[in-house]
Order: sequence, then C-alpha cells, then structure tokens
Amino acid sequence: MSGTYLGMPAFADAAREAVGNTTLRGNLRHATHTIRAKRAKAVTEVSDWAELREAGKRIKDHTLRHLDRYLVRLEESVTAAGGVVHWAADADEANEIVTQLVKMTGETEVVKVKSMATQEIGLNEALEAEGIHAYETDLAELIVQLGKDRPSHILVPAIHRNRGEIRDIFAREMSEWGRPAPEGLTDSPAELAEAARLHLREKFLRAKVGISGANFMVAETGTLVVVESEGNGRMCLTLPETLISVVGIEKIVPTWQDLEVFLQTLPRSSTAERMNPYTSTWTGTTDQDGPGAFHLVLLDNGRTDTLADEVGRQALRCIRCSACLNVCPVYERAGGHAYGSVYPGPIGAILSPQLRGTGSEIDASLPYASSLCGACYEVCPVAIDIPEVLVHLRERVVQGGEVTREGNKVVLRPAKGHAAERAAMRAARWAFTHAGALRTGQRVASRTRRFHPRTLPGPGRAWSGTRDLPPVPAEPFRDWWQRTRGGKDGDR
Amino acid sequence: MRVALFLTCVNDTLYPDTGRAVVKLLTRLGVDVDFPMAQTCCGQAHYNTGYRREAEPLARHFSDVFGEYDAIVTPSGSCGAMVRELYPRMGERARAEGRGDTLAVTLAPVVPKTYELTEFLVDVLGVTDVGAYYPHKVTYHPTCHGLRGLGLGERPLRLLQAVKGLELVELPGADECCGFGGTFALKNPDVSAAMGADKVRNAESTGAEVLCAADNSCLMHIGGTMTRLRTGIRPVHIAEILASTEEEPAV
Repeated sequence: MSGTYLGMPAFADAAREAVGNTTLRGNLRHATHTIRAKRAKAVTEVSDWAELREAGKRIKDHTLRHLDRYLVRLEESVTAAGGVVHWAADADEANEIVTQLVKMTGETEVVKVKSMATQEIGLNEALEAEGIHAYETDLAELIVQLGKDRPSHILVPAIHRNRGEIRDIFAREMSEWGRPAPEGLTDSPAELAEAARLHLREKFLRAKVGISGANFMVAETGTLVVVESEGNGRMCLTLPETLISVVGIEKIVPTWQDLEVFLQTLPRSSTAERMNPYTSTWTGTTDQDGPGAFHLVLLDNGRTDTLADEVGRQALRCIRCSACLNVCPVYERAGGHAYGSVYPGPIGAILSPQLRGTGSEIDASLPYASSLCGACYEVCPVAIDIPEVLVHLRERVVQGGEVTREGNKVVLRPAKGHAAERAAMRAARWAFTHAGALRTGQRVASRTRRFHPRTLPGPGRAWSGTRDLPPVPAEPFRDWWQRTRGGKDGDR
Repeated sequence: MRVALFLTCVNDTLYPDTGRAVVKLLTRLGVDVDFPMAQTCCGQAHYNTGYRREAEPLARHFSDVFGEYDAIVTPSGSCGAMVRELYPRMGERARAEGRGDTLAVTLAPVVPKTYELTEFLVDVLGVTDVGAYYPHKVTYHPTCHGLRGLGLGERPLRLLQAVKGLELVELPGADECCGFGGTFALKNPDVSAAMGADKVRNAESTGAEVLCAADNSCLMHIGGTMTRLRTGIRPVHIAEILASTEEEPAV
C-alpha cells in the first residue's frame, strides 16, 4: 500500500495520542454518533433488510468463488465496448500503468473521483514523482489534500476536521493549488461548499484526463458504476477526454440485476440515504459523448492471497460503506489515522493485515485493535464476521502458520514480542487442565490478599493505571462449596 | 433434570458471592444445582487472544466435566457465548485443518445444553418474577457477548423489572462496549480506559446507585474504573440482585 503509511507506530501507541486529543475526540464522537443514528433509522425502514443482507453476501461469495471466470468475462465485455483492460499484480505495477497512460496523453494534470483503490496504491504520490498533478475533487478528499493530511475514514475522509479547521485550510491553501478561497470566508457549510465548488470548477473544465475507481463492475456488460453524492464524480467521468479507472478485482458483480441489492444496501449503510444521489454507470466508450478513451486497470495487490484464506476471504465482500467504522467504539476514540492504512476501523483491521501481510509492527497490531464487541458484524450489509476474522488474524500473529503471499504458500513464524504472553497462556492452559493446580493458585491468592497492592508495577500498569484491581476474596467459591456442601450446611 | 453450575474461573477466583447468589437463587426456584469440582475455564481468553490450539484442551476438559449434565448454567454472557458460538467453530477449524471430527464430536454435546443464567431462568424455568426484593435504583448494562453473541434481548430487563422495590433506569448508550474485551484491556489500555470512563459517566448520569450486568469480567473493568474515578455508583452482578429477598436482602 501507500508509502505514506510506512513507519507507523503500532496501533496502541498511535491511539494513545488520539485518545488524549480532546478536539479530535469531540469531532469523531459527534460525527460517528450522528451517522450511526441516521443509518439505524434508514435500515429499519426496509422490511426485508435481513434478506437483502443475505443476498448481498451470497452474490459476493458466488462471485469470489468464480472470480477467475468473471474477470475474463469482464475483460471481454469491456474490450468489446471499446475500453482497454490492464492487469496490475501490485501497487507498483498499477502506478506504472497509470503513469504511462497519462504521459501518453501529454497532460500533466488529472482530476480524480474519490477512490479507495488509488489511495491504497498511493497513486497521487506516484504521479507527483513523475511531474503529474492529481487533483482530488470530492469535497472531503479536497480538504485532506489541501491540508496535506491523510484520510481518516473511508467515506468521510475529513471526519477528524471540524468546520473551523476546514475554513482555515481553505483560506490558507486554496491559492497554492488554483482559485483562492473568497475573501472573508466563514465556517458556514454553504460558504465552504461554494468555495470548494468555485475552486473545483476550474479544474473540471480544464482537465483532459480523469481518474476514478469504481464501486461495482458488471461482468456481463463491462459496465462500471460509481456511487457518489456530490456530482463531482460525474464531472470527472464525463468531461475529460481520457478516463482511467483503477479497480480492485473483488468489485465485480455478475449481472445488472445484482446491483439491485447493493444499490439498496450501500446508500442506507453509508450515508443513511434511501437512494443514492449520483449513480454513474458507463460501458466502454461512446462516439461523441464522454471520454473517447477508457482504460480499466484491474488491481490485485494482495487480493488473490486474501482469497486463498478460508476464514479471511470474507473481507473481500466489503462494499466500503463504512457502517462498521461509524459504530465502532475503538474507531470513535482512536481515530482513523491510528490504523496506519487508508482502510481504518474494523474493516481496516482485517483488510490491511491481509492485503499487506502481518510483517510490520502496525499490521501485526491491527487484529488486536478491537474489543470484539461485535457491533461491526451486526451492521455489516454483507455480513462480514469481522470479530471472527480478527481472532483468526491474531492466531496468525502469535502462532504463525501457512499463508499465501504473492501467490505462494509460505509458513509464517510467530511474530516477535509475544514470548511472555505465549508462556503465560501455556501456563494458564496447564493450570486450567489441572483443577488441583488452579485451586492451589486460588488459595495462595486468597491467603496473601492482605499484602496485595492496589496498583501494579511494570506491565501491570496497563490495567491499574486507570482501574483499581478487584479485591481477592477470603476464599474462592470452590472452597465455600466444599466447606458448606453447596450451602446446605448454611450460607456462611 | 441434572443442572450444573459453570461458574467460570473469574467468578470462582474473584467473585464467589456471585456463585453463592446463583446457588441461592436456583435453590429457591427448586433447582438442585451441582458444582462439578473439576471445572476450570472455558478457554475464552486463550481463543480470543489467538491461542486457539491452547484453548482446545480447555474445551475438551469442559466437555469432560459437563457432558453428563442436562443443563449447564453460567452467570457469564461471554463464557456462555464461548461455548455456544465458538466451540462449534473450533470443531470446524480442526476439521478444516485435516485433524478429523474428533474435536467437533467431543464438543458437540455441551453446546446446546449451555445457558447463560437469564436464559435459563426465562427460557428453561419459564420465570421472570423470581421473587426477589432489591430496594435500589439500578441501571442495566447489556454486555456485548450477551447482547450480540447470545442474543439475550429483553430477558435480563424483564427479570429486573419484576424485582420488588427495584427502580430500573435506562442507561444512555447501553449497547456500547464498556471497553474491557479481555486482553484488549491490556493491549490497548488507553482506548479501553476511555471507553470505560465514558460508560461510567453514562451510568452516573442516570442517578442510579447500582450498575447491573450479567458478566463480572466487564464489571471488573467498569467497577475498577468507578472506584478510580471516585463515583458513588457500584457494580453488581444480576445474580446477586435476583438472589436478594426481603428475608435475606443483599446489601
């Protein structure tokens, strides 16, 4: 994935900073709780939500099971409709393909539709290195780009910013990139939107190359679908002469009819809208209308490896709605940046360590960035059992084992830094399979209880830094049970 | 019906009062409950931290200890969910790894017989009024594995609503996790503590004297946070409220 995130500290360290930042906590709390409540309302309006969820899951599972077939079908359809299909095994290949395609047009500027796939591969940075300026046109992505910031949410990338911060960024940065912000800009939403509109209009009308991702690709017709709510996407998809779309291979659906399910579940799950405002579809090229050249870059970048894992592959069902982020109590407090990936929140915690592997410190810590409360699974419109995959990836971290990397089976060694924990788990397992040993331990704890401190030193501070320890009782339950014959000899 | 109490290792070691309350409550309702002395731990902490293979002997041990009973009652939503949701999954994983059906077959019998306490009361015994008396203002926190894992739904609330003298007040943000999460509390202490503090502030805002839940692991975290933040509210397991009567009131 993007080099922007290399060298991230492990999740717990990054989260510590976010937890202490009261402005950020306030922004996130307000935003996630608002979207959360709206989504809940939008979902209850649909009487067959459970069936739609199950249908979405099945369509995705079916497509993933036959992905090889559907990818070839898609390539045929797109080619027949006048598009050109490119295959990219990883981020570097995809960036190279896109860079060459832009260079062939002779242009040095591109406008972009909001796209997670291009964020994932760090396309903007790769283009910049070749002297090509990529302009984000989604309002929130524009805020992030102007602020030289990183997105912290899949759907609402600037969720960590409030209106005042956005005003300051616009007033300070817009002139560097193009049309400056109007004089005396305030933090009223209408004024901020107008400033962005004026700034972006110039870019839309000038750009000869547009770059997008896609929410769906329909195999039977070769149609791509972008779902957005500002209309900037449609500008980028229709005005330029050349359109390049970078899309993850898991975004296929077999037929148009399958869209029926997702165009109901995606808007309600993500923005809590009953119907999506701007749904753009295009099939190859059309004479004298829209871009005359269309390139589709199909991106693997770890997806085939993820597909090889029986438990983890369900993460590929994800339609990037963000409902799991908005209900996650950990995301709400840690913020998106702590996840060290363009995919934050619960879905990111299972996607990043699979797409990138568990080799880095941040990726090995992500499976633990959850209390396993299950709220994410409950709201997921394609029923990804995120807690199940989190635990599965924890196993991969602490126990190692066979995984697929770059198409090859490799055996991972257990991650470093878990030796003490592993020993403790083994010791506990031994004690718990020897009831006598457990009892001895309990008695020692009970008899020495007057000497127990209220707080713990060293690693124990992780608990007692913020929480008192529970007092140890005078006798464990099992001793009371035996002494009183289950209370038959009196309660005390 | 032969009924066994699976108290859980945490309750056995740290919260024997909860165990005594369950025994008192079930005895009062005419259930002759047994406590098999060989019981230890369901393996949840091992499993959820990524040590599935270390959890397997504990699951087999659980099955050995409790297999012969007709019903296994546990005053813990998360340990109940471990047996009901995750034991079948452990069996499936072993099978997928080419280790045959042995684990799945060994664990299968205990899965449908394991009940969280409030499920056992409402679904098996068919009671919601257990004849309890508890003259306090109480708010209820539905713990995650009870709420979303086992689907306890309204059962605990119905039981609490039937308690004489008890004033039940709604907890804002009730369905949000308290931040315990087993080893999560140690691996991500800052986020865990922030979640705990928010939960405690929400509980305080209700004016309740007692925060009640059906899982002492969560209450250990919430209670530890409450005393550290010097709040007046205290954590009490639902079994202790339901066991309390006018003759023998719990404090």
